[in-house]
Amino acid sequence: MKSWLTTTDHKRIGLLYFWTAFAFFLIGGLEALIIRAQLVRPEGIGVSAETFNQLFTMHGTTMVFLALMPLSAAFFNFIIPLQIGARDVAFPRLNAFSYWVFLLGGLFLNASFVAGPLFGAGQLSVAPDAGWFGYANLTSRQFSPGPNVDFWLLGLQILGIASLAAGFNFVVTILNMRAPGMRMLRLPPFTWMTLITQFLVITAFPVITVALVLLMFDRFFGTHFFLPSGGGDPILWQHLFWMFGHPEVYILILPAMGIVSEVLPTFSRKPLFGYTVVVYSGVVIAFLGWSVWAHHMFASGLGPIADSVFAGTTMLIAIPTGVKIFNWIGTLWGGQIRFTTALLFAVGFIAMFIIGGLSGVTHASAPTDLQQTDTYYVVAHIHYVLFGGTILGLFAGMYYWWPKMTGRLLSERLGKVHFWLTLIGMNLAFFPMHLSGLLGMPRRIYTYSPDLGVAGFNLVSTIGAFLVGIATLVFFWNLLRTRWQPVNAPANPWNGATLEWAIPSPPPVYNFTVIPTVANRLPLWQTERHGPMAPLPERPPAPIHVPGGSWWPMITAVGLPIMAVGALSHFLPVVLAGAVVAIVGIYGWAFEPFEM
Amino acid sequence: MSEQGQAHATTGTYLRIAAILVMITLIEVGVFYVPAFQAVLVPVLLVLSAVKFTLVVMFYMHLKFDNKFFAFLFGGPLLLGLAVVVSLLFIFYGTVRLRTGS
Amino acid sequence: MAHDTHAATHHHTSMGLDSRKMAFWAFIGSECLLFGSLISTYLVYKGRSLVGPYPHEILNIPFTSFSTFDLLMSSLAMVLALAAVQRGDMKQGKLWLLVTALLGLVFLGGQFWEFSHFVHEGLGLTTNLFGSTFYVLTGTHGAHVTIGVIWLLTLWVQALRGKLGPANAMTVEITGLYWHFVDVVWIVIFTVVYLIQ
Repeated sequence: MKSWLTTTDHKRIGLLYFWTAFAFFLIGGLEALIIRAQLVRPEGIGVSAETFNQLFTMHGTTMVFLALMPLSAAFFNFIIPLQIGARDVAFPRLNAFSYWVFLLGGLFLNASFVAGPLFGAGQLSVAPDAGWFGYANLTSRQFSPGPNVDFWLLGLQILGIASLAAGFNFVVTILNMRAPGMRMLRLPPFTWMTLITQFLVITAFPVITVALVLLMFDRFFGTHFFLPSGGGDPILWQHLFWMFGHPEVYILILPAMGIVSEVLPTFSRKPLFGYTVVVYSGVVIAFLGWSVWAHHMFASGLGPIADSVFAGTTMLIAIPTGVKIFNWIGTLWGGQIRFTTALLFAVGFIAMFIIGGLSGVTHASAPTDLQQTDTYYVVAHIHYVLFGGTILGLFAGMYYWWPKMTGRLLSERLGKVHFWLTLIGMNLAFFPMHLSGLLGMPRRIYTYSPDLGVAGFNLVSTIGAFLVGIATLVFFWNLLRTRWQPVNAPANPWNGATLEWAIPSPPPVYNFTVIPTVANRLPLWQTERHGPMAPLPERPPAPIHVPGGSWWPMITAVGLPIMAVGALSHFLPVVLAGAVVAIVGIYGWAFEPFEM
Repeated sequence: MSEQGQAHATTGTYLRIAAILVMITLIEVGVFYVPAFQAVLVPVLLVLSAVKFTLVVMFYMHLKFDNKFFAFLFGGPLLLGLAVVVSLLFIFYGTVRLRTGS
Repeated sequence: MAHDTHAATHHHTSMGLDSRKMAFWAFIGSECLLFGSLISTYLVYKGRSLVGPYPHEILNIPFTSFSTFDLLMSSLAMVLALAAVQRGDMKQGKLWLLVTALLGLVFLGGQFWEFSHFVHEGLGLTTNLFGSTFYVLTGTHGAHVTIGVIWLLTLWVQALRGKLGPANAMTVEITGLYWHFVDVVWIVIFTVVYLIQ
């Protein structure tokens, strides 16, 4: 147990991320199911309006920050060092720090569900309730007097630190820890997409940090950054938030695209079609992703020039995305396809993401977006790209890499049940939302009139959502039952081409007995141009030094939620105590002898 | 692990740069106070401070002599930060002028 | 810290660059976005304060010019400290590290004085948009300087204990990168906030 608390091993940290993120995924899913139960019929009376606000806020916040990003991080952690031929990441303790901060931030945010009594609130839950993008000035002390928004802005600041730290770590790892011969254009596509994602993280997160700090000052210290009464402009919040928020959605999708770019070639027995183009498209998407943010604000009175500029850039970004889709299709075309669960999810990703992308393109036009924005049409779009895209992609990764991570194969039979139930469920859940949205059903309403004519669509959506819930439980069961299986997965069950498949499942603590020298993009395959890499020796030629664990990353991490609790209770001594803990942790960390 | 770079600035260079930085600061303050320069105040100050910025980054932070990659790591986000400032200024002020036609 | 460097130098790296230096430049890049957002907020709200005091009434250019000069000199001291440590002259190294930290403290003292003076003159954090954006921007910068001073003094103490030398000069170099960046941000703030009113 202690070894898990002090671990600096990227593989263990990856598993910690996985289980923690999956737990939050289930919580976010539960929030979704309650929402859907409430909306199954018009004038539902299941939950109050306030509770409903908390549910959709926490569903969004949890899924984005506590489930999707960390599930991707689970793979960054476990797989990237293996794919580049390294023994660990560049900064193992910083890596552990990121995990602990994530866990503590997630716990802090969710503690709000039961913290009501501590704040003299009339109810148990004071969970954030102003939407996952917290628009000003709804978030002002005037309109959100309780601690709900404070939990949100403090929790997100904590989580931001985790993401930033990981961002720096993976940028350096991918650039500087590659095995000999692993040139940039020989990197597996998942590693490339991760690198691009981390650049987005380190540039976008500072912006939301500033936005959250300004909001914090408004709420705690009486400034007027977003308050018209003091000359402030609520629109500034929207700009700052979406300057982060748009790159954030690419942070959410690029890793999944990377996974798909790994899974398709393996199960088509063909290299990724147009590898270089796929890589460059990812880079272009990241650049352009910075230029489109105000397409989230077409209804806020930007003016015709801004509207046109952002509509233009948004349409442009469809191009590199489309290019990738054609390359994926090109990979499958003419391949020897093995319909494993991982492949099914990857193909599902392509189909669902196309649908989500198409609704996205309709959003790009400012005039049409004026009808669509703030309706269920947007909810359809985001769920097609984030569930149909990111989550299906992540599931593909889970089925693909589970044997490598745990030494056990997931059941293909249960996997197929999971896949089909998920595909059918998600389409039942989200497709009708295009229609109910266009018919005028606004998002974030806790009930609706029967006269709106969307009751039928909502009923279907709810059925679909519960199907997805069942599917997820099937998957959870699939995961759990592997614990009772022997650890007997082969090193390369899928006959993959990349380095992670060259070592045992699960890998030994040092990963590679000998760091391989890489000669091409597909080291384990026989192709027209080259033969496979020679197998690595079974035992290391000399003892390999593996760094030990450390308590300091966790200790440092603990200081952050202590500071947040102090802020939340407006009690400075606790804030200072938290700062002291963090500083002590940093000094302990800096002076600890830690040999890589 | 030697990336001290091809050339290396000497103590003399550092002192000279410091002198230039001080001089530029004095010129900046001068431009601020001399009424005749009011019209060109903004561009002149922006250019002068950009020069100071560049000198510190290139010489004190050694970027001129180091691997070009560090310049990319810094320069990319720097340009992005500048773009953020410029675009927000345009959004909050640029279109107003255009709409009112003044 | 001595062990860290020793191990790092023995590791093959695919770009032949020190990982910590690379991480630090990436960090400095991200700080450009942090300060860029704060500066944007300041600029977007310029001239929109509903009440005074206004910048031209309260900003003290001669005083702030001195602060600027102080910080520039601290960068010089930093660079001299690094050069000394790199060539093994720990006597000079210790001296210049201390000078850098002291100049940093002078800067902070100046900020402290300036802030209290402004508050006395009626410009508080919540008085108007100028106060809010000014204090948050310069306060964030000041917090960075404070961290830098603590960092420098920690290094100085390490040097006094004989634990700092050419073998771990990279630590001093990275400290320098941080310090110079903080100086460079001030160059921007001095121009944008004080001189361009």
